[in-house]
Amino acid sequence: MNGPSYRSFQTGRFDYASFFFTGFTGLATFLIVATLGVILANVLFNGWSGLSLRFIMGGTEKDMFDVNHAGVLPMVVGTSARVILMTIFVIPVGVITAIYLTEYAHSQAFFTRMIRGAVNNLAGVPSIVFGLFGLGFFINFIGRNMDAILHPAGAEPVWGKPAIIWASLTLAVMALPVVIVATEESLRAIPQGMREASMALGATKLETILQIVLPQALPGIMTGGILAISRAAGEVAPLLFTGAAYYMARLPDSLTDQFMDLGYHVFILSTQSPNIEKTRPILYATVVVLLLLTFALNIVAILIRAQMRRKLRLLA
Amino acid sequence: MIDTALPQNAVKAPAPAAGAAPAFIETRNLSLYYGPTRALANITFQIREKRVTAFIGPSGCGKSTLLRCFNRMNDLIDNVRTEGTVHIAGHDINGRAVDVIELRKRVGMVFQRSNPFPKSIYENIAYALRIQGAKRGSELDGVVETSLRRAALWDEVKDRLHSSALSLSGGQQQRLCIARAIAIRPEIILMDEPASALDPIATAKIEELILELKRDFTIVIVTHNMQQAARISDFTAFFYLGELIEYDRTGRIFTQPGRKQTEDYVTGRFG
Repeated sequence: MNGPSYRSFQTGRFDYASFFFTGFTGLATFLIVATLGVILANVLFNGWSGLSLRFIMGGTEKDMFDVNHAGVLPMVVGTSARVILMTIFVIPVGVITAIYLTEYAHSQAFFTRMIRGAVNNLAGVPSIVFGLFGLGFFINFIGRNMDAILHPAGAEPVWGKPAIIWASLTLAVMALPVVIVATEESLRAIPQGMREASMALGATKLETILQIVLPQALPGIMTGGILAISRAAGEVAPLLFTGAAYYMARLPDSLTDQFMDLGYHVFILSTQSPNIEKTRPILYATVVVLLLLTFALNIVAILIRAQMRRKLRLLA
Repeated sequence: MIDTALPQNAVKAPAPAAGAAPAFIETRNLSLYYGPTRALANITFQIREKRVTAFIGPSGCGKSTLLRCFNRMNDLIDNVRTEGTVHIAGHDINGRAVDVIELRKRVGMVFQRSNPFPKSIYENIAYALRIQGAKRGSELDGVVETSLRRAALWDEVKDRLHSSALSLSGGQQQRLCIARAIAIRPEIILMDEPASALDPIATAKIEELILELKRDFTIVIVTHNMQQAARISDFTAFFYLGELIEYDRTGRIFTQPGRKQTEDYVTGRFG
């Protein structure tokens, strides 16, 4: 291959438009990749030295702004737990909604179009608004009512306070559009002939969906899960009012516990430290851990998806 | 609208004099609309049991639509409305008491594009059996083998029953779909251009199979291939613009058609 010659095939003249457009698109791509590269290089270069086994495995009872004592275990546990919980909440709800929209609802009906519009708008809501929504709906409405019913005599709120379950549910609501859209796309990609073949054998719609349609859609659903994890892992704003703690002396061990969060901790380290110079190495190292954790959660999901695809291909 | 070509009920489609076979599928004044568009107009005729009946006609003439009326596959499409009745073995299949799932178990279908599930060869047939309630492995094994044998596929796949159905050739996939359809022992098999995507050898195999299957099943086949209709069918119905133009024994349709349009179509002057 000689690459493009930028000479018009018919006239043999130099094609400036093609030449510049190729350069222009290449430049845009380069800018994106370069920006990402600079960020990653900066973070890794400054943060790598701060990583140590003690830093990753420690850090509940020591001063969190002190290089020699700080650790990120509580935040790693908290962030992992909230992302995993969020995934458990968001996948079933998102998948069931997508099944309704593609398999049951009349696609042109006013009601269906309204739901689709709502889902798309949900994706555009600023995340801090989700945080306030979580506080108002999950904690003040659901949590307090649960307390009123389950613990009528209790003076201390059990459910009606910020907790990891409410933070995860808030994130799940925020990530819902991503899962719905990805699942809808993977459902629509399955040929109508598959559904007809199944129904023509006397299968019910439910049997068709559960045994023919969903197994083929699983990799697409996993893609939705991966996107949701990526979106949720780095979010801080929705956690501020719903469950993230500034400092906790122990690891969370129940759904109603608060938790420390890596993203929130980065914010705390960069704004609340009494001595920013002493805190900076921890800050960088914490960011590295946050990036690694997000990558790790993604990679787990991608491996599961690859496994599913392989299974489908073996059978397909 | 398409009700311009012919006066309504121009031809009283005759119940062809045809030996002893009783009428099995009977439509009366069947019309079907996609939204405002009429796709079938006042179809009244009878299909005989354990015979092969071919539907011919140019694209868009409604023959596939009519076929899909017999197992109510048109229910799956939005905005479809039907008038008139379809009786199968004396039952009004659009009646309120009819269980459409049960109907589809008795009226099997093979589609134009072979559509095996992305499962193993064995599982494609076992799926059909399991949704009928079959559970025991040994029971499944037997029926899977019988079905594949009857679809003339057993010898080609018996050593790789658990490999993917999509690894089969186009013709084999279509025969697998036929095996899947007959596994649940329907009374009628509807075939919507089952060989139109296949090469001549695979087509010949499917045709041979259809002639074999008509001993036990009532077969209705839509085809664009006039020679195919002539080779395999006992009766032929010619459709044009949603109307049934002529319906008779296949021999007559191809040698002494009663109407000019039929003659023009079967001799290839239009279509």
